[in-house]
Amino acid sequence: MASSPLAHGAHHHPALAHQFDTMEQQKESSTLGMWLFLVTEIMFFGGLFLTYVVYRSRFPAAFLLASNSLNVLLGGINTAVLIGSSLTMALAIWAAQVNWRKGIVIFLLATIGLGSTFLVIKGFEYHDKFVEHHVPGPNFNFVEENPNVHIRQIAARDPNLGRHASIFFSLYFIMTGLHATHMVIGIAVLIVMVVLSWKGKYDARYYNPLEMTGLYWHFVDIVWIFLFPLLYLLGAHAAR
Amino acid sequence: MNTSAAATPEPTTAETAFERPNYLNAVYGVRSWLLTRDHKRIAILYLISVTIFFALGSLMAALVRLELLTPEGDLMGPDTYNRVFTMHGIIMVFFFLIPAIPAVLGNFLVPLMIGAKDLAMPKLNLASWYVYNIGAAFTLWAIFNGGVDTGWTFYTPFSTNYSNTYVVSTALGIFITGFSTIFTGLNFIVTIHRMRAPGLTWFRLPLFIWSTYATSLIVVLGTPVIAITLLLVGAERLLHLGVFDPKLGGDPVLFQHLFWFYSHPAVYIMILPAMGVISELVAAFARKRVFGYKFVAFASVGIAVLGFLVWGHHMFVAGESVYAATIFSVLSMLVAVPSAIKVFNWTATLYEGSISYETPMLYALGFIGLFTIGGLTGVMLATLGIDVHVHDTYFIVAHFHYIMVGGTIMAYLGGLHYWWPKISGKLYPNFLSRLSALLVFVGFNLTFAPQFVLGYLGMPRRYWSYPPEFQVLNVLSTAGASILGVGYMLPLFYFIWSMRYGRKSGDNPWGAVGLEWDTTSPPPTENFYTMPVVTQGPYEYNREEVHNRLTQEAPLG
Repeated sequence: MASSPLAHGAHHHPALAHQFDTMEQQKESSTLGMWLFLVTEIMFFGGLFLTYVVYRSRFPAAFLLASNSLNVLLGGINTAVLIGSSLTMALAIWAAQVNWRKGIVIFLLATIGLGSTFLVIKGFEYHDKFVEHHVPGPNFNFVEENPNVHIRQIAARDPNLGRHASIFFSLYFIMTGLHATHMVIGIAVLIVMVVLSWKGKYDARYYNPLEMTGLYWHFVDIVWIFLFPLLYLLGAHAAR
Repeated sequence: MNTSAAATPEPTTAETAFERPNYLNAVYGVRSWLLTRDHKRIAILYLISVTIFFALGSLMAALVRLELLTPEGDLMGPDTYNRVFTMHGIIMVFFFLIPAIPAVLGNFLVPLMIGAKDLAMPKLNLASWYVYNIGAAFTLWAIFNGGVDTGWTFYTPFSTNYSNTYVVSTALGIFITGFSTIFTGLNFIVTIHRMRAPGLTWFRLPLFIWSTYATSLIVVLGTPVIAITLLLVGAERLLHLGVFDPKLGGDPVLFQHLFWFYSHPAVYIMILPAMGVISELVAAFARKRVFGYKFVAFASVGIAVLGFLVWGHHMFVAGESVYAATIFSVLSMLVAVPSAIKVFNWTATLYEGSISYETPMLYALGFIGLFTIGGLTGVMLATLGIDVHVHDTYFIVAHFHYIMVGGTIMAYLGGLHYWWPKISGKLYPNFLSRLSALLVFVGFNLTFAPQFVLGYLGMPRRYWSYPPEFQVLNVLSTAGASILGVGYMLPLFYFIWSMRYGRKSGDNPWGAVGLEWDTTSPPPTENFYTMPVVTQGPYEYNREEVHNRLTQEAPLG
């Protein structure tokens, strides 16, 4: 079927799949597919954000107090780390556009490094929460063991405070956990991209997979940009 | 599958010696099937998978109907019964009805109908089949270890805190299978946008493509929501990360909102592709352009949009506010408008058409009648007062079976019969296939019409026993189910038979128009020998030409 009258692109790039006629068609298709995938991701996290909004509006006090127990400094550092990783990701694509193959590898490795840093810091935060018994379940204890006297006073007036706080922490772990899962998948994809870039598969003429990886990585980054204020910054000023 | 084409070891006759290369005989062997990226072969793989699940789901349905033959619980106790109807629902909804038409007929036809060599992402397409089967494996594991008893709806807090069955494994299976649906839907949208043949404008697309496109939109927007909902159920059950637990202040009705936000549109994932199939069948066997093409096309999109705004009608008695219930009631009735547009336009297409009653057409006509009954009872249920009366009764059961079985499965079978010559290049027995259409129609009505009455008289759904005064109607229903079973088994046998023994169909046995009929049957691996250029609409039946063809060609044997 190579004699198809329509398959006469300028010349056949080796990356052109058989079902497409031109590189442009292939690029447009994968870009549209990636954006559609991101739409499904928005709906996926959307269900979580909706759940968060429902419970936050129902239990504002518990959410505020539970939020204040999170480590804003570590969360803030992680935000900076992630934004940095988005920058290096964008630079990797720029390196491809200017045909700097070594630069692609360097910037992809930097992205992987920053993404991993984020996960390590997140791990320390999770560890703290385990130690403080803020993980929902049989050992969950937000009120009685809490060093913050303020919280015990409020709990004396609102006996359900601890239960409602556990809903906040459930959402915290599910939302950040799913975000971290997306980061892990992203890092795995980036590793593949490093190998392929190292082999010289991408240059200014063809760097579509890099761009798709970048879209995904930026999306995961943006999810965190929403998670950070919703989880960490609830009236941080009000507690002090 | 490939054995049918491989059945001629030594091509002796002129016919087999010059058999044209097609996607079935292009390459042989199990590997060539399991690693194929050809959308047509993937459609066949899906056909095998969903048929197995349809058989399994039907077996569960048979057990349910057998138990309900008598008022007492003599075949099984309540615990077993709960598991059986739950697994019937889960298998039929998630592993048969949702993938059936898109993954089998859609996969096969979308590239053919738009004049493309394949879907935009063939590897993703193959991956979707594997993902489907991995998800199915989790659910099957749960079933063979004792099953689930939550109902297919997984309502909390029963599913999260109290049920002692394999909820997480089943939910994980559905979660994973959801990705296969998303992959397929995403692939279709990209393909329909980017891969159309030159000249194939949006309003020259066959209506099956329009409805597949609308379905894919629902899949892409809705499926992720059920994914996160089931994940939350799993997190609560396994990790104590409870967000629905009333003991903690969680809200089980929130679960219902999230669940139905997907699961109501999921009904349109099932029925929209069926409507697309019916549009094709009605045009082909009435030899006419579909009346009001643009209205039918936009009705698909309208149903997809409205379908997202009606989920609250599942919670009329679950503590929803009266204002929300009123709004959802009105919105639900609005869905009847685009649905009715379709039914009226199909009917108008039949008017003064050259109608021939081939098997696919019999299924299509059955669909129109059954879907109308299902749809009208849907409007009744959207009415608040009636819904409160018949909520959770057999009236509901009858209503959604009229849509899902009377609608989707009739269209699926009709579509299979219509495109079987395209898929296999073979003809099936004419008498037996017409008999199957008749048996399915009669058996279906006998099964589910009595359930409308049962429900209206107050028989609740999901119980293993019932007061003796309901027995006559239940016996009728079970009798109908056995006829329905025979009707479903016939096509299974004669389709398999036809692959080896059926007469060759020729390229276009129906004399139908459409790009898929412009190529050979079965089509070559890359679909077209010369890539088509489109210059006219999808249903341009020339009346004179049709008349000549009908009088010259012998009717199908």
